[in-house]
Amino acid sequence: MKPLIFCAALAPLAWLMLGLSGFGGLTLGPNPARELLHFTGKTSLNLLWIGLLASPLQYVTRDVRWIRPRRMLGLFAFAYALLHLLIYVVLELELDFSALGRELVKRPYIVVGMLALLGLVPLAATSTDRMMRKLGRRWQSLHRLVYVIAIFAVWHYGWQVKKDLTEPLLYTAALAVLLGFRVWRARMKRRAPQRANTQGGT
Amino acid sequence: MKPYRPPRIAPSEITSERDYFDRRRVLGALGLAAIGLAGAARHASAATPPAAAPRVTRNPRYVAKESPNSWDDITSYNNFYEFGLDKGDPKENAQDFRTRPWSVEVTGECEAPGKYTLEDILKPHALEERVYRFRCVEAWSMVVPWMGFPLADLLARFKPTSRAKYVEFTTLLDPRQMPGQRRAVLEWPYVEGLRMDEAMHPLSFMVVGLYGRWLPNQNGAPLRLVVPWKYGFKGIKSIVRIRYTERQPRSSWNIAAPDEYGFYANVNPAVDHPRWSQAKERRLGGSLFGARIDTLPFNGYAEDVASLYRNMDLRRYF
Repeated sequence: MKPLIFCAALAPLAWLMLGLSGFGGLTLGPNPARELLHFTGKTSLNLLWIGLLASPLQYVTRDVRWIRPRRMLGLFAFAYALLHLLIYVVLELELDFSALGRELVKRPYIVVGMLALLGLVPLAATSTDRMMRKLGRRWQSLHRLVYVIAIFAVWHYGWQVKKDLTEPLLYTAALAVLLGFRVWRARMKRRAPQRANTQGGT
Repeated sequence: MKPYRPPRIAPSEITSERDYFDRRRVLGALGLAAIGLAGAARHASAATPPAAAPRVTRNPRYVAKESPNSWDDITSYNNFYEFGLDKGDPKENAQDFRTRPWSVEVTGECEAPGKYTLEDILKPHALEERVYRFRCVEAWSMVVPWMGFPLADLLARFKPTSRAKYVEFTTLLDPRQMPGQRRAVLEWPYVEGLRMDEAMHPLSFMVVGLYGRWLPNQNGAPLRLVVPWKYGFKGIKSIVRIRYTERQPRSSWNIAAPDEYGFYANVNPAVDHPRWSQAKERRLGGSLFGARIDTLPFNGYAEDVASLYRNMDLRRYF
């Protein structure tokens, strides 16, 4: 299963490479720079959302196998987000870092995107088995940061759209379901032990 | 009766832009100009709407020094929301768009209002070619060899009265043919306008073709506006109505987001879009790296048009 997902997560990159090379008549269109930028950002978003789907699926099917590819998905989401930033800095800013300062001040959606990316850094850094063991319970608390990251990521996406908000809203709706599920599950958990107590309290 | 549909153009039929720009030199050199003309006429009639092949002469006064973008770039990367939001959508969705018969309603403050067929509109005008820079508000740009005639010549024909201070243009409203109009992304139909002195400026161009061919549907066939010192969205496409007015007309993007898109929409590197910079633009068709060039005031046409805006605060009237 994992090798399959690994390949699937690389497919967007392969597509971009093929488009850039012009192999087999494939092309990224007349504005390849923008295509590269948007496509990597969107891919990162997609992978993050799919990763967030793992735990609800596990809950519903009572099958832990859904959780296994989650780390890989998260790391790929991080990699595509990094690539997204790299493309922005190289192709849009053309390595003019003074411009980056100006852009950050003037264009808050870039700040929001940066924050989302920065948030992914500690998660990627603590994604190893060793770090998981070391952090213990704190690992899970730390990785709940991904909820905030996802909100920032879709905010970043929606804020820079020229006019049509349909797609960002669809992503937002999906995220609302994914996060809503977690809220619901947390409530259930809190209630469940209480019920156990009252029943067994005699 | 079934409406006439022009046959699709096979990519192999399209003259490459290099050949196109070389055509006179090549034909001249071969001494086959006459045969070439006959051939060109046959070629065009097979590939374009039922009208005579355009006869066009290049106007040397209006030829940008940059080399034009390819036919493919110009006809496959379009903002024409009536046919979809993605840049590739118009090419895909506009292929069956019917541009004949076509008529343009002329109304408002003029002495010769009425409904004019496209043939009426075109008849008196000699077509010329102009190579203009085209700057989109999204910070990309192209260079395009348009074919058309001065807007001023057209507007003068209907004898605007002294009350005509502005002119408003309207795009066709036809959700059956224009799938993008089935969703309220913008207020339909698309409307745009110019101040009368802007409209009468010699640079303002009524466009019916590019690269010496009739305009492809996705580029705004059969009749569109090109105002090279303004952002591309001022260049309204598939025009069906021209109205002379005393008051400043509304314009679609201004209605949609008044703080982001002004009525004037002059290309101005000093006035940023609230969400992105306008200081630079990506010139399409070049290399991936280093393709960002400085945007020029009035898109490089300042010498011709800056005087139209003397004493105006261009930050306020953006």
